[in-house]
Amino acid sequence: MIVPQLPIGSVVESAVYWISDTFGFALDAFSALFGFIIDIFKDVLMAVPPLLFVVIIAAIAYVVGRKDWKLALGTGLGFIVILSMDLWEYSMETIALVISSAALALIIGIPLGILGAKSETLYRILRPILDLMQTMPSFVYLIPAVIFFGLGNVPGMIATVVFSMPPAIRLTTLGITQVPKELVEVADAFGSTPWQKLIKVEIPVALKTIMAGVNQCIMLALSMVVIASMIGARGLGYQVLIGIQRVDIGVGFEAGLGIVIIAIVLDRLTQHLTPK
Amino acid sequence: MKKIVVSNLTKIFGKHPKKALSYVEEGLSKDEIFNKTGQTVGLYNVSFDVYEGEIFVLMGLSGSGKSTLLRCLNRLIEPTSGLITIGDEDVTKASSERLRLIREKQISMVFQNFALLPHRTIIDNVAYGLEIQDFSKEERHEKASVAIETVGLKGHEFSKPSQLSGGMQQRVGLARALATDPEILLMDEAFSALDPLIRSEMQDELLELEEKMQKTIVFVSHDLDEALKLGDRIALMKDGEIAQIGTAEEILSNPANDYVSRFVAGVDKTKILTAENVMKRPDPVVSLKSGLQVALKLMEKHGISSIYVVDKAKRLQGFLKVDDAVRAQKAGKTIEDVIIKEFPKTTMDTPLQDLISIRAETDQPIAIVNENDKLVGVVVRGSILAALKTTEEDDEEQVEEVTQ
Repeated sequence: MIVPQLPIGSVVESAVYWISDTFGFALDAFSALFGFIIDIFKDVLMAVPPLLFVVIIAAIAYVVGRKDWKLALGTGLGFIVILSMDLWEYSMETIALVISSAALALIIGIPLGILGAKSETLYRILRPILDLMQTMPSFVYLIPAVIFFGLGNVPGMIATVVFSMPPAIRLTTLGITQVPKELVEVADAFGSTPWQKLIKVEIPVALKTIMAGVNQCIMLALSMVVIASMIGARGLGYQVLIGIQRVDIGVGFEAGLGIVIIAIVLDRLTQHLTPK
Repeated sequence: MKKIVVSNLTKIFGKHPKKALSYVEEGLSKDEIFNKTGQTVGLYNVSFDVYEGEIFVLMGLSGSGKSTLLRCLNRLIEPTSGLITIGDEDVTKASSERLRLIREKQISMVFQNFALLPHRTIIDNVAYGLEIQDFSKEERHEKASVAIETVGLKGHEFSKPSQLSGGMQQRVGLARALATDPEILLMDEAFSALDPLIRSEMQDELLELEEKMQKTIVFVSHDLDEALKLGDRIALMKDGEIAQIGTAEEILSNPANDYVSRFVAGVDKTKILTAENVMKRPDPVVSLKSGLQVALKLMEKHGISSIYVVDKAKRLQGFLKVDDAVRAQKAGKTIEDVIIKEFPKTTMDTPLQDLISIRAETDQPIAIVNENDKLVGVVVRGSILAALKTTEEDDEEQVEEVTQ
C-alpha cells in the first residue's frame, strides 16, 4: 500500500516565505528596533569599567542574596575570571542578548500564562503549541528566524524568545491554577474585582512558581543564544563556534567556561529573587 | 425582623441544569432526576428565614449541601433557581457590580481553613476587605487594628500568618470579616479545623462577641454539639434539603422525622435540656394570706405532704410541710412563722445536669422561678428521671443502628 506523501514541509516553507514577503516591511522595522535595543543595552554594559562592574554585580548579589557574602564573593570572582580570559566584551554581548531575549519572553509569556490559567479553552489551544515549541530541536527555529530577519543578533534573539518562553507560560499557568480555592474565594467574598483578585491574591500567592518559570526562562535563553551564534548572534557563543571551526580547544574551552560562569550567576541571582 | 429570606432555592450541578430544574418543579426525587438527566441536585427547594441578630446554624453531614447553601447566600456559588432576599433586596437578581458592593459592605465570610494570605502581615490580612474598597492606608490600618483588638490579637499586627497557631489564625479570619463592619457574617465550618479545647474557647468568644455586636450570623457546622451551643436556631440538612428547623430544644425534644432523631440520638440531653423543659406546673400553691386552714385543705385534697407558699404577686415565699402546718395550727401560729425559707430553688435556664446535682443534695422538689422570683414550675425526682430515660432509650437505638 502506498501512503500518500503529505506536503507538510513545502506548506510550512511557502507559509514562511509568504509571511516574509507580505510583512517584509514590518519585519525590517521590527528587526531594526530590536537590533537597536540590544546594541544600546550592550553599550551601556560596556560603558561601565569592568572592575566597577565586578563590584556592582557583587553588591547586587549581596543584596539579592540577603547578605550572603559567599554568593557575592563567588559572583565577583567569576567575573574577574572572565575579565582575565579577555572575554569581557563577548560576555557583555551575551548578557545583553540573554537579558533582552528573556525579558521579551517574560513580557509575552507571563500574561499568556495568566490568561491560560483563566481560560481553559485558551490553555487547551496553547498546550500543543508549547509542546511543539519545547520538543522541536532548537536549531530548527534558526531557519525561519534567518528568513525573517537575516543574519545577526535579532534573529538570534527571536529564536531565543521562542525557545525560552514555554516554561514561563507553563509555570505561570501552573502557579495561578494552584492558588488554593479558599484564597480565591476570599478575594471574591470580599468583593474584589477580577484585577484586584489577580494583583492582590493570585500573583503574590503564585509568585514562587512564577519565579521558577522566570529562572527556567533565563537559563534556556542562555543556552539558546549560544546556539544562535550559528546565525550570526555575537558574544561568547560565537567564540565557541570559532573554537569548533578552527578545532581550537583553548578558545572553545575559555568561551565555554565564560558561559558557565554567567549561567551560574544568573541562576543563583534569580533563585534568590524567589520569595521564601 | 427577617434579615435573610431564602425561598425555594435550588442548585443543580452539571452542564444542563434546565431539564433537571423542570423535573424539580414537577416534584421528582433527586435520584430520579440524576437517573434521567445525569445532573446532581445540590440543593432541593430550600426555604428558610434568618432573623436579624441571631446565630443561625446550618448543620448536616458532609455532602448534605450546607456549604453550598452558605455560598449561595453571597453567590460564591450561583443558585440555579429560587429567591434570596437580604434586607429588601433580591440578591439573586443583583448585577455583578451590585453584588461586589453587597460583598464589600453587607456580607463577609470566615473560612474553614482560615484562608489567610500567606504573603501579608496580620494587619494587612485583616485590612484586605478595606483595601478592596480603596480606603487609605492609615484609615484601613486604624479599622483593622480595632478589629484585631476585638479578637484579642493585639501585638501580633505585624506577624505573618505562618507564625500564629491555628486558633490565632482563625481569630485573624474573624477579624478580617469584622473589619468591614458587615451586617451578616457567613461562617463556613469556622472552628472545625481547631483542636477541641481551642474550638470550645472560640465558640465562647463568638457568643460573647455576638452579645456585643448583634450581627446576623449564618454558621455552617457538622458538629451537633457546636450547633446546639451556638445556634439560636438550627437547620438540620440532609441530601440538599432541610430536614428540620428549630431551636436546640425543639429539635431535641421534637425531632421531625427518623433521620433527625437518629442524628440527635447521641446528644447528652442533660447539657441541652433545661429546667424549663422538664418542670411541672406548680400546682397547687397557697397564698400567704389564705392561712394554714386553706393550706392544709389543699394538701389533703391533692394528697401531698408539702406546699409552696407565694405572696400576692405570686412571688415565692417559702415551703410549708404538712407536719409543721398541723403543729402551727394547734399552737395558733400563722404560716409565716413555720414556712421553711431554705429550700432548693433555681431559674428556668438551669441545665438538667445541674438539676441532677441539686437533687443529689436534697430530698425536696426544686422550685423554678423566673427573673421576678415568681414561681413558674417545680421539678420533682420523677421529671428528671423521665427526661433521662428518653435519653437512654435513644442511646440504645443508636447502638442497634451501629451493630446492624
